[in-house]
Amino acid sequence: MTLDVEAVRKDFPILSREVHGVPLVYLDSANTSQKPQVVLDTLTDFYAMHNANVARAVHTLGSEATNAFEDARDKVAAFINAANRDEVVFTKNSSEALNLIAYSISNATTFPGADQFRIGPGDEIVVTEMEHHSNIVPWQLLAQRTGATFRWLPIDDDGRLVDSSIDEIITERTKIVAFVHQSNALGTINPVSRIVARAKAVGALTVLDASQSAPHLPLDVQALDVDFVAFTGHKMYGPTGVGVLWGRYDLLAAMPPFLGGGEMIETVDMTGTTFAAPPHRFEAGTPMIAEAVGLGAAIDYLSALGMENVAAREHELVTYALEQLATIDGLTIIGPDVPVDRGATVAFTLAGIHPHDIAQLLDEQGIAVRAGHHCARPVCVRYGISATTRASFGIYTTTEEIDALVRGVTKVKEMFS
Amino acid sequence: MTLPMESMYQQIILDHYKHPQHHGLPEDFDAEVHHVNPTCGDEVTLRVRIADGQIAELGWEGEGCSISQASTSVMSDLVAGKPIDDAMQLQEKFLGLMQSRGNSELTEADEDELEDAVAFEGVSKYPARVKCALLGWMAMKSAVAEAGWSGTDVKQTEKSGSQS
Ligand SMILES: Cc1ncc(COP(=O)(O)O)c(C=O)c1O
Repeated sequence: MTLDVEAVRKDFPILSREVHGVPLVYLDSANTSQKPQVVLDTLTDFYAMHNANVARAVHTLGSEATNAFEDARDKVAAFINAANRDEVVFTKNSSEALNLIAYSISNATTFPGADQFRIGPGDEIVVTEMEHHSNIVPWQLLAQRTGATFRWLPIDDDGRLVDSSIDEIITERTKIVAFVHQSNALGTINPVSRIVARAKAVGALTVLDASQSAPHLPLDVQALDVDFVAFTGHKMYGPTGVGVLWGRYDLLAAMPPFLGGGEMIETVDMTGTTFAAPPHRFEAGTPMIAEAVGLGAAIDYLSALGMENVAAREHELVTYALEQLATIDGLTIIGPDVPVDRGATVAFTLAGIHPHDIAQLLDEQGIAVRAGHHCARPVCVRYGISATTRASFGIYTTTEEIDALVRGVTKVKEMFS
Repeated sequence: MTLPMESMYQQIILDHYKHPQHHGLPEDFDAEVHHVNPTCGDEVTLRVRIADGQIAELGWEGEGCSISQASTSVMSDLVAGKPIDDAMQLQEKFLGLMQSRGNSELTEADEDELEDAVAFEGVSKYPARVKCALLGWMAMKSAVAEAGWSGTDVKQTEKSGSQS
């Protein structure tokens, strides 16, 4: 089955609007995706008909809200093939999911029974040079709090991890390896099994940032064989304000809490508190109920399209985009320039023209792209550039839109020549 | 190419970007400053020499987006050789224009004074780009202050925007 892009586009109301008097060409889905009508309807219906707090009201609305929220958890669990629905923790976004792990690990220093998570001087935390700041800063902060050492796997000129560094940098001292599945800055899809095999061999925990893969590829957390996975709802056609931390149940069950509050406890006594089992231990306070339900609707939408079909379609798009962009003189792709192990996010520079000028002039032609370091500044530093222009695609992107991008970039070049 | 009438990129801006004025650093100077705009990674190094209450000489080098470089060029044309008091007044006026969020109400007299700098009016609608347009102006202001000028009617202490 192939994806019917025209039908998909009709499901996204925003795609029919104009910008500066021309039809919107939205090529910034890696930043945040647009939302299908069904997600908007689900949010409205929840607030209009079922709104109540979860897990604490005995009345009908309370039961409906709780069921809707917990149904969303089931949908997420099925979407990523989790072995157990209790492995799915709702967070605010990917950033919070990653911070949750990092803070739980430092809380382990003084938490009874959490010895396996303790890290300190002499231990090492390994990330990659292509991480989003959300998968750098929480680990730098953890290293600072615990005295552990922060290290990273370097990237090569083509935007891929230096393979030999995997064995060199991940050693017996490594306690955590946190890495991105698909890079938001380069489009690179990393060799998960290669990294996980090495991490397992040295007994390190693995954390996968799937923010840019969950919307675009079939995700199977059991097959990936990592310990934790983080992703964010707003990039996968769901609402803002909801993300997911998936973790292996035995690990979550031994991990200290991150935030304290309502719903995360078993019993509270003024002399001490015991904590709920996962996932509730990690969901203090009233959660993002409507947003989680909305994410469930987005997942239903993606599942109906079929993630295999989504991945195949986006592979066609990136193949086409790389071919077409290569015809522009002076344009350099930052990241893999062949459609192998890469997603449908293409960053580039144009000789002599600043990315912010390119993005602004494209916007004046109705084309939305992102310019900057894409919250992955070390990538720009690695290539000695201040910024890139990035076009990123999704289920609603057409080849005509890629043609519009190529025409737009060509016009920008003419203006500056 | 055809661009919307309200395009941020007026021809004047592109001309200044392609042919920057007062480009190059004078040998003889009283102060040198280096300002950076982290949004676009724009940079400008600017030197001034002051004499008799005037900006006797001003030159700069920089790199970055066209808005930052063209604005620095326009600023240089406007203030080089002018009394410092006038330059500071122009700076205030341009700052006001940039902070207007697209709702500036320039009088004809303002437009006469600001000359080519009026072309940046459209930038004020884009908060992310305002700092680009202000980069050179802020650099000029702090260079003049560093060169020892103590103003008459403009506060010397606030180095607004410098290095921010
Ligand atoms: C690879 C990657 N990781 C993490 C994030 C952070 O996502 P959020 O801002 O939703 O927490 C992003 C999004 O910008 C991303 O692209």
